[in-house]
Formats: sequence, structure tokens, C-alpha cells
Amino acid sequence: MNGRRILPAAILALAAVAACSKKAPETAPPPVNQDSIAKAHAADSAAKAAAATAAAASAKADSMAAAAAKRAQDSLAALESQKTKVRDEFKSKIYFDYDQSTLTDSAKAKLDRKIRILNANPTLAVEIEGHTDERGSAEYNMALGQRRAASVKRYLVQHGIADSRITIISYGEERPVAPGHDEDSWKQNRRAEFVITFGDVQPGT
Amino acid sequence: MRPSLALAAFAFGALLAPLALRAQDTTPPRGVHLGLHYQGDVKPGVVVGVVRGPWGDSVQAIIQRDLDNGDRVAIIGYPGTPAAQAVAQVSTGVNYVIWKSLGAAAALQMSFTAAGLHVAVHDVAAGTVLQARDFALPSTPGSADWRFAVHAASDELERIITGTRGIASTRILFVRGGRIVIIDSDGWGERVLTEPGTALSPAWQPQGKGFAYSTLVAHGWRIMLRDFSGVPGHALGTTPGGLNMSPAFSPDGAWLAYAHGEEDGVDLWEAPMSGLIATGPPRRVTVGRGTDNVSPSWSPDARRLVFTSGRLGHPEIYVADADGSNSEMLTPFSFGEEVYRSNPDWSPDGLQVAYQAQLSGVFQVMSIALRDRSIRQLTSEGRNEDPSWAPDARHLVFSSTRTGARELFVLDVESGRARQLTHGAGARLPAWSPPLAVAP
Repeated sequence: MNGRRILPAAILALAAVAACSKKAPETAPPPVNQDSIAKAHAADSAAKAAAATAAAASAKADSMAAAAAKRAQDSLAALESQKTKVRDEFKSKIYFDYDQSTLTDSAKAKLDRKIRILNANPTLAVEIEGHTDERGSAEYNMALGQRRAASVKRYLVQHGIADSRITIISYGEERPVAPGHDEDSWKQNRRAEFVITFGDVQPGT
Repeated sequence: MRPSLALAAFAFGALLAPLALRAQDTTPPRGVHLGLHYQGDVKPGVVVGVVRGPWGDSVQAIIQRDLDNGDRVAIIGYPGTPAAQAVAQVSTGVNYVIWKSLGAAAALQMSFTAAGLHVAVHDVAAGTVLQARDFALPSTPGSADWRFAVHAASDELERIITGTRGIASTRILFVRGGRIVIIDSDGWGERVLTEPGTALSPAWQPQGKGFAYSTLVAHGWRIMLRDFSGVPGHALGTTPGGLNMSPAFSPDGAWLAYAHGEEDGVDLWEAPMSGLIATGPPRRVTVGRGTDNVSPSWSPDARRLVFTSGRLGHPEIYVADADGSNSEMLTPFSFGEEVYRSNPDWSPDGLQVAYQAQLSGVFQVMSIALRDRSIRQLTSEGRNEDPSWAPDARHLVFSSTRTGARELFVLDVESGRARQLTHGAGARLPAWSPPLAVAP
């Protein structure tokens, strides 16, 4: 260990001695010009003052911008939350009775609301998913899910929504939202879901 | 011989050739008779002899299990039984006295050869060799192909003993976790065949060239066709959307029936096929006028179909000609909200259609005879669905919840005996293969 430290120290000492021996003779410093010192001081102060003013102005601008940004953010957030409300309403599920694809009154009421949203947002396109509970044949349930989605689409088209804005797909019993083997779960799974495939909703529609 | 007779003999021999793929008859043709004589319900007792050498234990065990699973013979000498000791004592030799005392009607004396397995089938009562056979085995003992070859030997031995070929050298396709899986008839060698996704309803190509199934795609469901090489399959047709599901090959391989629906119900269609390739556009089979027609299954002569139809307002089994004409309800009409019958499968002997029916709120596997429309209930424990016949028209595979999880079971329709095939939970929609010449 000690052996290791001696070597670098020796090298440094040698270098210092070498540097000392190569030092150049000193020349006299130039005479001091008091005017230029004063000018330099004045220039310094002016620069400092200007910088201070700029900083102050910038800070004020920043805080104004910040305030404006915050106001904008707040209203964007408000708009976004309004949009979310509309989107959630549009995407709310409707439910079916066992082995049925007919629309209940409450389903129709929900669909009427979705029709208003579709009318107010002309770029909006949607895919309707048909789902079933787990009972019965997986293959027949695929057809039942398709029938449920088609039944919803028919209602929308009958109420004036363009056919080209709506696609349908069945998931049969393959995508349950509730995992249980009782009516509580089954009734949650007998459903149609609404997926936005193009466009978006405007707040307040 | 006259030329025409020679030609006829040649043609007959050519017909038989596929059956004799792995067997060479080494006994003289004179005096050979197929099948031992036994009465009615009594199952002939069979001793499966010891096989000496590495993998001999496996061969003995596989053949014992295959013959037992066929439900046509009674195995004498299962490990752990008193008879096992006597069988081990006879070992690879011949001992009609011991065999007779064990109650055996037939005894298999087996040994490995350079090419595979040599089996002498002894008629115990007659005290002579009934037939001797050589079965080729691949040189990879324990592999899936090797097991398949042993199963093929079991099937031929069952034919010699009982007159009916066994079903051991078959495979079963099914669905678990959205993927198509294959398994041997004895529950061995399960492997996944398709990529992650949502796949349903596998159906065998009748020459064992591959299979069809339906799979979820971007905006609907497509029918896919693929072989067993592992290469991803191709889609049937170019329908970009819509529901395409429940494919079924006709037994002659000439047609693929399937259900197709868009916004006005689901109907059955048929695409003309050569192997796994469609050779033309599909023709429409049912015109359901907005109702749902799914799950077709062909008669063995490919002239008729059974399928599930909701045209009455609830699902029932219908039968029609292959082009859709002359359709009528197969299951008898019964009044009641609970009626729900679906997933028919026509037995390979043409005599029965298995299906599932809701009884007291629970699905059971049923069978209806084509001749007199008499109905049998085949299951009673748990929820039982998706029946698929084995090539012997006596066994079928189905899914059941009787153990708590959804597993596949094999049922012997004649005795009612059921054995569990899968042990992984979530198994459904099984399809039993046709007779297979080679391991898929």
C-alpha cells in the first residue's frame, strides 16, 4: 500500500521542480486607467439595471401567461370532463333478457340518448358489440350476440342514423364482464356495448 | 387367371392396402378367422403379455389401456391385480393352462423385432395361435409418432379379437383459452396448435390433412384452415366482416359447411373443397329469413346435414338434404319455455345424432336414433355439452363440469362408462378425428 502512494507523490514533486525550473521572468503590469475603470463600472451597472428590468418584465409576463394557462387548463379540463360525460353516456351498455334480442323500454331510452349524441356529432362512428351469458351453446350464443348487435343497429338506422356509421360484431359468451355462475353475473353479461370507431363527441351535446 | 379376374383381385388388394399399412400377416391364409366367438354382453378376457426390453413396459401398458378404453374386452392382469402376477409369470412365453385359469379368451404374446413389434394372438380355448402380426414402430421410442404406432397396433389387435377396429390411433381437437389444442385418445401429448387469439369450433378435414376453425378478427369472425405443420393457416374466402363460424367438412372432403351471418340472421353455406383449399364460391344452404342456423354436422354419406336452428323461437335440431332442401325438425316438438337443443353430431355409422339438451335447467348429452326418433339421455352428472363421436360410433367425447371445472370426458354409449380425458380446466368444443392413417 505505502509503496503505491510514494510513486505518484514522487512524480508530482519532480513535476513541480521541473515547472519551477522552467518559469519565465516576470514583466511589469501596465499602468491603471481610472477612466476606463469608471466606464466599466457604469457599463456594468447599466447592464445590471437593464437585466433587472427585463427580468422583472419577464417574470410579470410569465405570471400572466401562467395565469392565462391555468385558466385555459381549467376550462380545458372542464371541457374534457364534459366530453367524458357525453362519451360515457354514449358508451353506456344496454341489457337483454335471457335468450332475447328484443329491446326493452329502458334499452330504447338509452338508445334514444345515443341517437341524439350521434346526430349532434356527425363525424362519430360506432361499433356495436353483442354479448351473451355463458348458458347454452357457445356457437348458438355467437349467433345470439350477432342478433343483439343487429337489433340495436336496426333501431338506430330506423331513427335516422346512417348505416355506414355503424358496424356490428358478436362476442357470444367469450367476453363476460362478470365471472359468476348465477343470474347476478348472467344479467350483466347479456349486453350490447358501444365502441367509438371514428371521431369524437363535443362537450354539451 | 383371366385378365379381368386378375384386375379385380388387384383392385381388391389395393383397397385393402391402406388398412395393412403397418401390418404383415405372417400366418398362412388357410384357417384364419377374424374375431373370437363370444356371447352377447360378455366381454372376452384378454391377457396382454409382458414385453421384454426397454420400453416394453410402455408397450404393454399402452396396449392394455387402449383395449380397455375400447370397452369391448376385459383386460386380465392390470398392474396391482392378483392376475398380474400370473401374467408376469408366463412373461413372454405361452401357457394355455394359466391363461385359461385366468378366464382369458385371448392372449397377446409380444416381442420387439428390428422393425417394431411382433404379436401372436392366441385363441386360448382352442390352444393355438389365431393370427400373428408384425407392426412397424418408428425408431424414436416414447415419441408421439411411436405412441401413435403402438395405438395403431392396439386397434388392429382389437379388430382381430373382436371384429371391430379400435379407436386408439385417433386424436381429439378442442378449445382451451381461445386456442385450438390437440390431444391423443388416451389423454397423452396435449399441445397447442394455434397462436394466441380467440379461436372456436375446430373441425377435422376427413383425410386428416388438417382442420378448420373460426377465429376472431378485426371486425368479425373468419373460418381458418390449416395443416399440422405449424404454419399459420389461411382464411376461407375474402368476406371482410360478418360472422363466419362452426365449420364442418363433409365426410368425403368435398364440401365445407359453415354458418355465415351479417345483419339479418345466420344461415348455413357450403364451400366446395379440395383438401384445405376452396375450389369455388360457396353456395347457400338455408334461407332462414332472419333466424339463426348454426353448427352443421354431415351424415356419413355426405347427403344430409343436421344443424341447430332457432327458427321456432328457441334452438332445436333440424335435418335437411345437403343442399338445404327438405328440412324438418329432428327432435320432437315439446311445448315449454325450457326447450333448448343444440350442437348435433351425426354418428359415423349414420344411425344416431348426439346433441345437448337443457333438462331442468342443466344441459345433458342426448342421442336420437334416425330410424325411429327414440331418444336416450347419456349423461346426468354436472353440465354436459358439445358431443363429438369417435369413429367407432360407440364412444363420444364431450365437455363436462362434473369435477367442478370444465373438462373433456369420453363416454362409452353402450355401457355408460365415462373416463376423464383432460386435466387442465376450461376444455370445450371437442372434435374427435376420423380414422387416421398417419399421426397428425
